[in-house]
Amino acid sequence: MGRLHAEEMVLNMGPQHPSTHGVLRLKLRTDGEIVSHIEPVIGYLHRSFEKHAENLEYQMITPFTGRCDYLAAIGSEHGYAMAVEKMMGIELPERVEYLRVIFAEFQRIASHLVAVGTFGLDVGAITPFIYCFRERELILDLFEMASGARLLYNYIWIGGLAHDVPPGFVEKAYEFLDAFDERVAEYNQILTGNKIFIERAADIGVMTPEVAINYGVTGPSLRASGVNIDIRRTEPYSIYDRFDFDVPLGQGLQGTIGDSWDRYYVRVLEMNESAKIIRQALDQLPVEGDVKSAIPRRIRPPKGEIYFRSENPRGELGYYIVSNGKNVPLRLKMRSPAFSNLSVINEIGQGWMISDVIAILGSLDIVLGEIDR
Amino acid sequence: MTEQEIYANLSRKFGDKVIEFMEEGTHNPTVVVDAGAIAKIVTYLKDDEKLQFDSLMNLAGHDADVETEFSVIYHLVSTELKHYITLKVFTSRDEPKVASIANIHRTADWHERETFDLYGINFEGHPDLKRILMEDDWEGYPLRKDYVPAEFYRGMRIEKVK
Repeated sequence: MGRLHAEEMVLNMGPQHPSTHGVLRLKLRTDGEIVSHIEPVIGYLHRSFEKHAENLEYQMITPFTGRCDYLAAIGSEHGYAMAVEKMMGIELPERVEYLRVIFAEFQRIASHLVAVGTFGLDVGAITPFIYCFRERELILDLFEMASGARLLYNYIWIGGLAHDVPPGFVEKAYEFLDAFDERVAEYNQILTGNKIFIERAADIGVMTPEVAINYGVTGPSLRASGVNIDIRRTEPYSIYDRFDFDVPLGQGLQGTIGDSWDRYYVRVLEMNESAKIIRQALDQLPVEGDVKSAIPRRIRPPKGEIYFRSENPRGELGYYIVSNGKNVPLRLKMRSPAFSNLSVINEIGQGWMISDVIAILGSLDIVLGEIDR
Repeated sequence: MTEQEIYANLSRKFGDKVIEFMEEGTHNPTVVVDAGAIAKIVTYLKDDEKLQFDSLMNLAGHDADVETEFSVIYHLVSTELKHYITLKVFTSRDEPKVASIANIHRTADWHERETFDLYGINFEGHPDLKRILMEDDWEGYPLRKDYVPAEFYRGMRIEKVK
């Protein structure tokens, strides 16, 4: 006898729900407790970023980019600044490049800490979340030292940085790195190898490489499926070609390649790699250099268009900018990684229980601010 | 393969459906193609062994001016062969329509919905074309250069921006 089918029921998860990581509604079609179809309804956080951008001068857009992906504001600012700099052909001082990489990688660690912690929270592990936020606070202290802000920095400007780092910053950054490896070992002890956690995450929501590429999934979620694509490595921007780091891939250590556990574990490994990059960058950081020397007085990119992509903590962040030679962009589109990453949820979430859908959603690490823009 | 070679390849295969090659004024060399033929061209780019464009990075709408045509831009990459191509189609202001590629690259599903939402471009053959970021009953297409917001939305006054 086949499985009994109950009457289908539509269940709304969200827009206000602790496990949806923001304001997201999932329309679940359920057959008993099995989910047969998932339709994400987005747009609750739409703040018309692209419309605003068409009325703002280039340098005024920088703070807006940070507000899109608010867990990785530096990543968004970095990508935007690089896109405009490439249009204008600006050469940056070495010190700026190094400091940008240092901050971008710190931001990656901070963002992954939230991802790892909240994923644990989604599947019922409350303690690791507190541990992760403990380290994240230390990183935010470093950001506060440099930019004065803890969440939205407006720190990377077109052509340079808002300020140089204050005295004592480098020492404090080293201090963090020295302690960090041990902290990651702690997460592995309390969460990664935890039996209940593995039961909840391993083999759940397996994403094959073909599905991932077809849906435009990028970043750690793509690499968890075993696809070796990291824009920092495949088309190095900034100065990423100077650093020695690995690109962790999903290996299916607890189940199948591309399951929720892999997506979690790739992020844990990536934090170690980011720490490695930061250490190298701090070692090589040039002492001399004015971080504001290359900031142009008038930002008017020549007529033309560009699509520039960079590796944000969540995946490929692209900016499509069309300039008509004025100080305001004619068109600015942000290709946000989580937008595409979320669209795959129906494909990989079908056929699982409602509680598993929460785990799958958590493992994708979405930020609604950049999905809705 | 370089963009120039890809253009030559497409021209041979699709004749006058491939309109021109733009290298000046863009950092991503672009092939302008016919809006009705885009689905066939993207399928060919994906399936051909020498091209293997399996990933759509980005799809964006664009409105240059109140009098010009709309355009849709496709940024494609081959994850295997590591080469890139940008495609562009133009479509009229009065009746904007472009063939959908949502069934070829699933990435395009939501991106086309977004472009429909903000520009009102009709993607023919899209499985579920409806608004995605704005409310379903929103009037007008906000990113069109001649967009004028309604005065009220469900009884709430819409603030005017300069």
